[in-house]
Amino acid sequence: MKWTFSNLRLFLALAVITGGIYPAAVTLVSLAVFPHQAHGSLIRNEQGEVIASELIAQPFTSAKYFWPRPSAGDYATMPSGASNLSWTSAELVKTVAERKAALLKAHGLPQGTPVPADLLFASGSGLESFISPEAAEFQVNRVAAARGEDPEKIRKTVAEHFISGGILGENVINVMTLNAALDKLPRS
Amino acid sequence: MSSHDLLIIVLFIGILVAFTPLLGKWLANVLQGKPTWFSRFLGPVERCAYRVAGVDPSREMDWKKYLAAVLLFNAAGFLILFLSLLCQKWLPLNPAGTENMRWDIAFNTAVSFMTNTNWQFYSGEGPEGISYFVQMTGLSVQNFVSAATGIAVMAALIRGLKRKCASTLGNFWADLTRSTLYFLIPISVVVALLLVSQGVVQSFDGPTTVAGMDGVEQVIPNGPAASQVAIKQLGTNGGGFFGNNSTHPFENPTPFSNMIEMLSLLLIGCACPYAYGVMIGKRKQGWIIFGAMMLLLVTTIGLSQWAEHAGNPLFPGLEMLEGKEVRLGITNSSLWSVATTASSNGSVNCMHCSMSPLAGGIALFNMLLGEVIFGGLGCGLYGMLMFAMITVFLCGLMVGRTPEFLGKKIEAREVRWSMVGVLLPGIAVLVMSGLAAATEVGRESICNAGPHGLTEILYCFGSQAGNNGSAFAGLSVGNTPFYSLLGGLAMLLARFGAIIPVMIIAGSMVSKKTASPAQGTMATDNLMFMILLVAVVLIVGALTFFPALALGPILEHLLLYSGSVL
Repeated sequence: MKWTFSNLRLFLALAVITGGIYPAAVTLVSLAVFPHQAHGSLIRNEQGEVIASELIAQPFTSAKYFWPRPSAGDYATMPSGASNLSWTSAELVKTVAERKAALLKAHGLPQGTPVPADLLFASGSGLESFISPEAAEFQVNRVAAARGEDPEKIRKTVAEHFISGGILGENVINVMTLNAALDKLPRS
Repeated sequence: MSSHDLLIIVLFIGILVAFTPLLGKWLANVLQGKPTWFSRFLGPVERCAYRVAGVDPSREMDWKKYLAAVLLFNAAGFLILFLSLLCQKWLPLNPAGTENMRWDIAFNTAVSFMTNTNWQFYSGEGPEGISYFVQMTGLSVQNFVSAATGIAVMAALIRGLKRKCASTLGNFWADLTRSTLYFLIPISVVVALLLVSQGVVQSFDGPTTVAGMDGVEQVIPNGPAASQVAIKQLGTNGGGFFGNNSTHPFENPTPFSNMIEMLSLLLIGCACPYAYGVMIGKRKQGWIIFGAMMLLLVTTIGLSQWAEHAGNPLFPGLEMLEGKEVRLGITNSSLWSVATTASSNGSVNCMHCSMSPLAGGIALFNMLLGEVIFGGLGCGLYGMLMFAMITVFLCGLMVGRTPEFLGKKIEAREVRWSMVGVLLPGIAVLVMSGLAAATEVGRESICNAGPHGLTEILYCFGSQAGNNGSAFAGLSVGNTPFYSLLGGLAMLLARFGAIIPVMIIAGSMVSKKTASPAQGTMATDNLMFMILLVAVVLIVGALTFFPALALGPILEHLLLYSGSVL
């Protein structure tokens, strides 16, 4: 009997170490060394209110903003969702065709214009705030027209939000920081 | 595929191989009771744990005692996690307002974390998720101790092979505590901090509600994620802090965090065969096992990359990014899917259900092989050693000699129990998948039509019976207790259906004497044996599962390239 309870007691001792001390220690160091990241890479407006996270996409439908990738869970966060549709799915074929038609219409482009793949397919997290440089370029003229700005000025801002994938990943643009920066641009 | 894609893969494998001797030697030292770099700081903690438990770590256990300790320790862990999930609403530290869990989901989740499977029936965040408190004190704890349990059982088997005419296999409590404190925790701290630097969240903040830049209100989640993601990757666990696992930007924000997490999937798995070589005093034996695993890993990586980069004829000219993250790209997604299913980890950085039919099929096949391509911590190695005993037995039959492994005779008892350990998960997968495919309640949960639907079911049970935990998440398993209870049973059968035979074999091997190799004894430390071992693994896997795979991923592949839309 004592032997049986030894197992339970050892479990409790290890639970305190791995479930209490370990996460608490990692949290303390993280908050001290990387407070911005540990709190969720939050973006604040001029009044200091939190308006978004750099890493979590929000739904954008206004023409003056760059749009993130589609989300199967409609950008819900609690929890987020993916489509889980297969390569042979008729529903995926239909959804992608609808997305493509809607994007071409919103950008005033003729039928058959190629659309970057990341704007047609939903991300796995349903919350990705990154798009490919091609997907950003695709939207530049629309955003510039909606803001009454020179496309070159918008393009320059886009370039400031370019993140190189280096040898480990892909080149991307962060839509959240880009849109926040666009709102702060002085009107020309 | 471009040279950039190839570079990612070469870099990944190169780093794994480079770290293998370092981590393997360290693990062997920990299991042999030698002092490590951390002994000075953590020694008092170790002694304190033994004092609290009232156990003597130096007292050796025979196989029955060792096994009883494994089972009782795990039972205690299961009960505590099950109860805390059932009443998490009333426990402290619940800023996200999580509700108590339904009993069958709590059962599945508790079994899942105890057995190192970490299948996600729950959705991490949100009211139906898991509170911060239970994430830390329940899931994180099991992430550590279930991994350490695997390592301990492996250590017992290795001692059984090494010791001559003995009866004891070491002390479970010492193996468990030492591998947690001196091995898993230090590596986890380093990985967790690297992840936070990239943007993985780590705080006790509750969710923040924001107005939304374009007028749609949004809730930004938070929580102590990095500390859990680190051990989830390293301990071959795989259950995400967030429902969408390592696709979620708060779990895996950048290509660098992705590489760290992807390496963590396999680093310790690679260290295990090396530690085995060190502990039995024959490093070459360890390298041959390592080589067999690596051969299977590289082959499946190649096939999966080919299947993913081939493109989808229904979407000509488009990269198939459905369910994938654009910052990571196709190559990283495919590479992860192989690494996570080879290692019995089960975390995902893309939705496996939305992968190409063959790439999804390869992920499935890796799990069905019995999780021996590095596999779970400890379990991958003891699984492969059972295959090694079957291999020497088969070869012994062919040449008419008594099979020997490491100088010890392999007799009926060892072969019989090896076969139980190898075949039990396969039987569970086929019977349970058959049951699900034949009943209304099983079929109702399917998301995609045609062969993909069957693959969803096969993957569900293959993953749980491989103690993997990844999913073809299209299958909506949460609606009915059918999948949660059956899956829980599959996980228990697979985990303890291997641990019990391994302990029996360890107990039987430890009592045998060692003969020096005579002429005609089959060597188990050369290339020939490595190839034979790989062949046996593949033949057993293929014989058991080929018909099922033909009706699932293979048929879907053929339909896709004949232009069918389902």
